[in-house]
Amino acid sequence: MFVISLIGFSIQDNLGDPLRELVGQSVSEAERDAMRERMGLNDPFLVQYGRFLSKAVQGDLGNSYFFKKPALEVIAAKFPATLELVIGATFIIVVFSVPLGVFCAINPKSWFSKFIMGFSIVGISVPVFLTAIFSIYIFAVELGWMPSYGRGETSDLLGWQSGFFTWDGFVHLILPSFSLASIMMPLFIRLIRSEMMEILQMDYVRFAWAKGLYPARVWFVHALKNTLLPVITVGGVQVGTMLAYTILTESVFQWPGMGFLFLEAVNRVDTPLIIAYIIVVGLIFVVTNTIVDLVYTWVNPTVKLVGQKS
Amino acid sequence: MALLEVKDLQVEFPLGRKTLQALYGIDFALDKGERLGIVGESGAGKSVAAFSILNLLSKPGRISGGEILFEGRDLSKLNDKEMRTIRGNRISMIFQDPMMTLNPVLTIGTQMVECLKAHRDISSAEAREIAISKLREVMIPSPENRMDSYPHELSGGMRQRVVIAIALLTDPSIIIADEPTTALDVTIQAEIMALMLELCKTNNVGLILITHDLAVVSQVTERIMVMYAGRVVEEGYTQEVIKNPRHPYTRGLLKALPQENRPGQRLNQIPGSMPALDAIPAGCAFNPRCEFADGDCVKAVPDLVGEQGHRAACVHVDRIPAFVGAGGAE
Amino acid sequence: MSKVATFLKSDFVFRFRRDKVAVGSFIVVMALVLCAVLAPLIAPYNPYDLTTIDIMDSEIPPVWDKSEGDARFLLGTDPQGRDMLSTILYGMRISLTIGFFAVLLQATIGVAIGLLSGYLGGRVDAFFMRLADIQLSLSTLMVAIITLAVFQAAFGAELYSELAIFMLVMVIGIAEWPQYARTVRASVLAEKHKEYVDAARVIGMSQWRIMVRHILPNTLSPILVISTIQVANAIISEAALSFLGLGMPVNKPSLGSLISSGFEFIFSGSWWITVIPSIVLVVLILSINLLGDWLRDVLNPKLYKD
Repeated sequence: MFVISLIGFSIQDNLGDPLRELVGQSVSEAERDAMRERMGLNDPFLVQYGRFLSKAVQGDLGNSYFFKKPALEVIAAKFPATLELVIGATFIIVVFSVPLGVFCAINPKSWFSKFIMGFSIVGISVPVFLTAIFSIYIFAVELGWMPSYGRGETSDLLGWQSGFFTWDGFVHLILPSFSLASIMMPLFIRLIRSEMMEILQMDYVRFAWAKGLYPARVWFVHALKNTLLPVITVGGVQVGTMLAYTILTESVFQWPGMGFLFLEAVNRVDTPLIIAYIIVVGLIFVVTNTIVDLVYTWVNPTVKLVGQKS
Repeated sequence: MALLEVKDLQVEFPLGRKTLQALYGIDFALDKGERLGIVGESGAGKSVAAFSILNLLSKPGRISGGEILFEGRDLSKLNDKEMRTIRGNRISMIFQDPMMTLNPVLTIGTQMVECLKAHRDISSAEAREIAISKLREVMIPSPENRMDSYPHELSGGMRQRVVIAIALLTDPSIIIADEPTTALDVTIQAEIMALMLELCKTNNVGLILITHDLAVVSQVTERIMVMYAGRVVEEGYTQEVIKNPRHPYTRGLLKALPQENRPGQRLNQIPGSMPALDAIPAGCAFNPRCEFADGDCVKAVPDLVGEQGHRAACVHVDRIPAFVGAGGAE
Repeated sequence: MSKVATFLKSDFVFRFRRDKVAVGSFIVVMALVLCAVLAPLIAPYNPYDLTTIDIMDSEIPPVWDKSEGDARFLLGTDPQGRDMLSTILYGMRISLTIGFFAVLLQATIGVAIGLLSGYLGGRVDAFFMRLADIQLSLSTLMVAIITLAVFQAAFGAELYSELAIFMLVMVIGIAEWPQYARTVRASVLAEKHKEYVDAARVIGMSQWRIMVRHILPNTLSPILVISTIQVANAIISEAALSFLGLGMPVNKPSLGSLISSGFEFIFSGSWWITVIPSIVLVVLILSINLLGDWLRDVLNPKLYKD
């Protein structure tokens, strides 16, 4: 139900968009009228909307003014780059935040936990574009360890232009992924820590201790699994934020992904491309929310999918 | 020698600048197969006493003095690894609320098998067999199917049976049950209590039953220990104590029981409430609520006096009239 | 005066004084806010006044650069020849203004909706909470970027830059109400059935009066905690939007647009145009966050979690 309302929202959001194709074009009023007539923009609102919708369903979102190609095609070409960035960042976030969060929850008083907590609040306070700028400055310009811009060499894997499998492409991924991860990681460390500390106080964890289990089993089987439930929910919500941050990261690193493309489209007032981007983002929301729901159901036995017998 | 012997056990909770004392040196003992009831209002320290046996005090609580001798070894001096060989193996626990005791995201089977595998060098298949036989012992219907159930698929009574089965898995010599029936429906309470009593008798397992319900204690246990504000105020054979309570607090608890033969009568309450840990009165902690209190009561903390088998900690033991509380719970 | 005296003796103040981090961040925040408020008085130049700007003064490094520094410009100048110190002070003023008003808007909308849906319940409640779910899952920054991009495309850059402050406050303000609404709603639900509310109803107080006089004060500490952190978030959002060129224009820069305008010069050696405003921005946000963290620990309100 939640997912459906999301779809409704993202489509509604696009209601007014076709009308703006006119804006920013320096033509006379008369020409404009003629053009409106030709483009069917004087038709009643619902008719236009219906037309837009039926085309959209067929995957036709109009041609990009700048690229003179179907907008969806242009976006699809950039999609893998963004996806790789998100996968890289997600990987970094998971690999770091879970062990660090768990460590801080288990040893709240150790100096290392205090250091991590202090570090995480600094991490939250530094905007992602600053992390990006200064990581370029330090690692690419000053130290020269990493490339600063672009995506590097890509290899063709079943039609997928991937940067994962060439050394150059991989090295290009490191800084952008870390920058993108830098803002979410502290958030997740803090979240995992506080959830886990709460779980460790629960009776079933105490009972697990009373059963004489090994500490590793109590922490990682009994406590961690319950900790991850709320974390998964928050993670789903954060996907949207992550996408927004890809725009920032991509613009700093000139990463040829969807976000960078979107910014260019905004500057060029390339309306079909803007709309296409919004729709693709809406679609990503729906898909990730569905995936998160599925994962949640899979991890949490107390929630059963409709249709599954309980 | 007794199986478990607790000597002068003291527990404290350091909280910032001040330290709260939860137990002021309590003594008790449990023989093999014996059943002991620890009774008192909430805050009396009975759960603290139980949890400290297995060193499972919630933070920042710690044992600050005394000994807990189990089969001659002092449990309070064991390291974590040695403690693990006792917990859930030689001494098991049953918690108050079965809704909270079982991990919601693990199957009953997983939670039983892991306990066995932590203490015995056996295969998962063997552990599963033992687990199923224990579920059968606690009268769970079709135990094979229940092994793959999650806790939320069972009723409260069933869950507590599962918890009891887990406690029995490794054939322990003592089970500590902390208010095992309080969270259950009244109708199920008696069932579970009867089951526990029977299982303890047939397996010759010692039981430490913590409860505020004197009626339950009198039915199940052989010995009783009444606690108030971190101290033992009366202890002895259950029937002795119930029939002839010496300490005014025990009398108050007994009077507060509903009387079957006098329906419609007002319930008797002990006036006031248990003092907070940081505001325990001088002398006998019960004196502000006691009908027999006088100047002698605030002078010193009274010792347990009387013959072995029934002792009470009250300076006025001799002056207190015989109990006429209409037969207690029997 | 007696109220002030009681406050000063309270546990709250006691714990504040003992915590060095809290005192430190409080002082930093206060100092920065004061600088921002007094910017027109303490800034050596007025960066908006084009007559004082000489393009010949562009890209002068800070004074401690002995060879090229210029005593007139303490922190150097930007590519247009504006004094960095003055521009940063004015920029911070804009960032803080946007942060403050955006949070004020969030709080107003959120508290009103929270009170309403908590008190009325039923369909109103269900509707608003569903709306809050949707709003939360959409991510403020994403919504803000798209909305502002669409507006910029619609209005044209000229008109847009005039309206930028207003638009930023509106977008950031409207996008973040659900947190307030949920927290207020939760405390309304908790308070609603307490005896004193019933008593007030029996006396014949109107529903609004009960809500405002009796329930609202109980939600103050969570609102305070949320607001502190939200101001930091709003400033970050504003900086990010300005960095993308969707926020404040270069001729009226906030900290974010200042960093953005310096970004292209950082590799040619003019590091100070980016680095100095970045440090100011990070220090500002960090202090506010530290303060918010401390408030949360001390007041320990029941924040809505999901």
